[in-house]
Amino acid sequence: MSTAPTTGGPRATPPGRRQRLLGELRLWRPLDLLGVVAAWTVGALLLLVAASLLLYMGIKGLQYVSLDLLITRPQPGADQSETGGILDPILGTLMIIAIATAIALPLAVGAALWIVEYSRPRWLARVVESGIEVIAGAPSIAIAIFGLAIFQLPIFSWASFSAADGGGVFGRSFIAAGSVMSLIALPSIFATTREALQSVPRHVREASYGLGKTKWATIRRVLLPTVKPDIATGTALGMGRIAGDTAIIVLLLGATLQLQAGSGIPGVGTLQGTGSTLTSYVYNNSPTGEGNAPEKAYAAAFVLMLLIIGLNLLVAGIGRRRAGTDLPR
Amino acid sequence: MTDRRAELMLGAAAVAVVLIIVAMVVFIAISAWPSFQYNGLKWFGSGGDIDAELGDMVNAGGDPTAADYRVRAWPLIYATALTTVLAVLIGVVVAVLAAIFIVELAPPRVRAIIVPVVRLLAAVPSVVYGLVGILVLVPFVNDHLISENQRESVAYVITLNGPGVLVSVLILTLMITPIMIALTVDALSAVPRGWREGALALGVTRWRAVMSVSIRAIRPAIVAAAVLASARALGEAIMLSMVSGSKGFAPQPWDGVLFLFEPLRPLAATIAEQAEGIQAPALKASIYAMALVLLVSSLMLSVGGSLIKRSLRLGTAR
Repeated sequence: MSTAPTTGGPRATPPGRRQRLLGELRLWRPLDLLGVVAAWTVGALLLLVAASLLLYMGIKGLQYVSLDLLITRPQPGADQSETGGILDPILGTLMIIAIATAIALPLAVGAALWIVEYSRPRWLARVVESGIEVIAGAPSIAIAIFGLAIFQLPIFSWASFSAADGGGVFGRSFIAAGSVMSLIALPSIFATTREALQSVPRHVREASYGLGKTKWATIRRVLLPTVKPDIATGTALGMGRIAGDTAIIVLLLGATLQLQAGSGIPGVGTLQGTGSTLTSYVYNNSPTGEGNAPEKAYAAAFVLMLLIIGLNLLVAGIGRRRAGTDLPR
Repeated sequence: MTDRRAELMLGAAAVAVVLIIVAMVVFIAISAWPSFQYNGLKWFGSGGDIDAELGDMVNAGGDPTAADYRVRAWPLIYATALTTVLAVLIGVVVAVLAAIFIVELAPPRVRAIIVPVVRLLAAVPSVVYGLVGILVLVPFVNDHLISENQRESVAYVITLNGPGVLVSVLILTLMITPIMIALTVDALSAVPRGWREGALALGVTRWRAVMSVSIRAIRPAIVAAAVLASARALGEAIMLSMVSGSKGFAPQPWDGVLFLFEPLRPLAATIAEQAEGIQAPALKASIYAMALVLLVSSLMLSVGGSLIKRSLRLGTAR
């Protein structure tokens, strides 16, 4: 964690420490010296690579991003000056995050509460835990292809649009991509919630029972408020993963430039329709995609990075506030 | 709400999650079955041009014959294994050294910057890494590293124009290393200070103390980090489809330097690129077969990882 180191780590430099270290170094074996040099080199390299990557993205982004770009809709076109902005991908990303979080949050928190507070029968609890481990490790492309098959089933024809001649269900829409995306966010919300619940000491629950509260009342009035910051952390982490995932979007959102409503009903139609997100926009506008507009791709990637940095800061902020207000347990 | 109902409701959420996962595995396995049925174990073998085979499946349309199901996926499997193993091997070494630097060597001010930066790098979407790869690294490799002679020597098999093993492994390493560093740093700074001081008191140098006590103690965490990173590398589709050259070709290590520039395409990237043609039954079965292989490998990876972790823990406890 990024919290202040409680153990290990170099201490504040006492005077003369450098000389002593240099003196000591002379006695070291060559292989050990090599190790120290390697560690320093890797550390310096890490800083260098990180700085150049972030600076590069920042410069390229600031160079190409403009208010105009952010609020105009993208248009298909060969000429770069006519391809419009990235309004629809931004909206798409936000919609996908909203849909996926709305599905993942209750499922993950519910599952975590059940695991920690009930988990009867035992075998089922173990199955649930390993099941969530399976999704956490499963490649998102495998999850995506599963979702495509599911949403192409006739019973899910309401979730996307069907071919006009009564043929196959298209299987690509905001509903499809959002619900499959919820699987991506689920493990991180589940893990943080479960850990937080497990760290609530027994006596807190017992005090609540002692006051005559039922188990459910204890969960709602005592446990959930206590672990709320951790749920928020997990959710923000999950949102970051959702915003960054490309495979599911490419397979399940149809990757049309603009939001295209699936049916006439406003609101619902958009959910049934296809669209793009920042990630699929970047992918399609990279030299491998159809658009091939690197400037637009850089701009979209920059906005995406800002979103990710924002979510990261949110996580750090929650952690810091929590560290400040935590009661001794 | 009564307690009983609450338990049922929360239990239902947990069971729903399990059902989704079971449905996923079963569904993928069923859809993949025709491909394995027609190919048998030769599915994993080499021979034939995988790109041509996949193309034929699209052309076969809605009513494929048994011959249309022919897949020899070795180049794709090999590409997946190659990129994953290389990236994870480099990543582990870099992550351990970087963690030692961050926890033991770096001045506090540097550490205060580097830890959040590493966390940020771990959260950067893979498509951004792919973009940097294809717009910066690929042109560089194409312009400065590949010579005309090399290009001509293999022109009748493949075109070398930048994307390939070198760029893929580099970007993949860059993508998976931050998360490994973050996990290793967490573990390393949780090693009780007394353990290392005990070693120092016995007259060992600081480096030796770190290597023999701290790193030894966090071996389970290193394994966990490597498993997580391998799972990510294994399933990375979009970024690798951008920078791998996207050709069903098995790069040959005995080609020397040339090997580094040869194009390839892992399983995950193949799925992402071929998913458009999923209406063709033969292609659909093959794509699901690839997804099943990926799913099973990631499962085995996490099982293997937890076994190794357990044996390491037992080893240190004794």
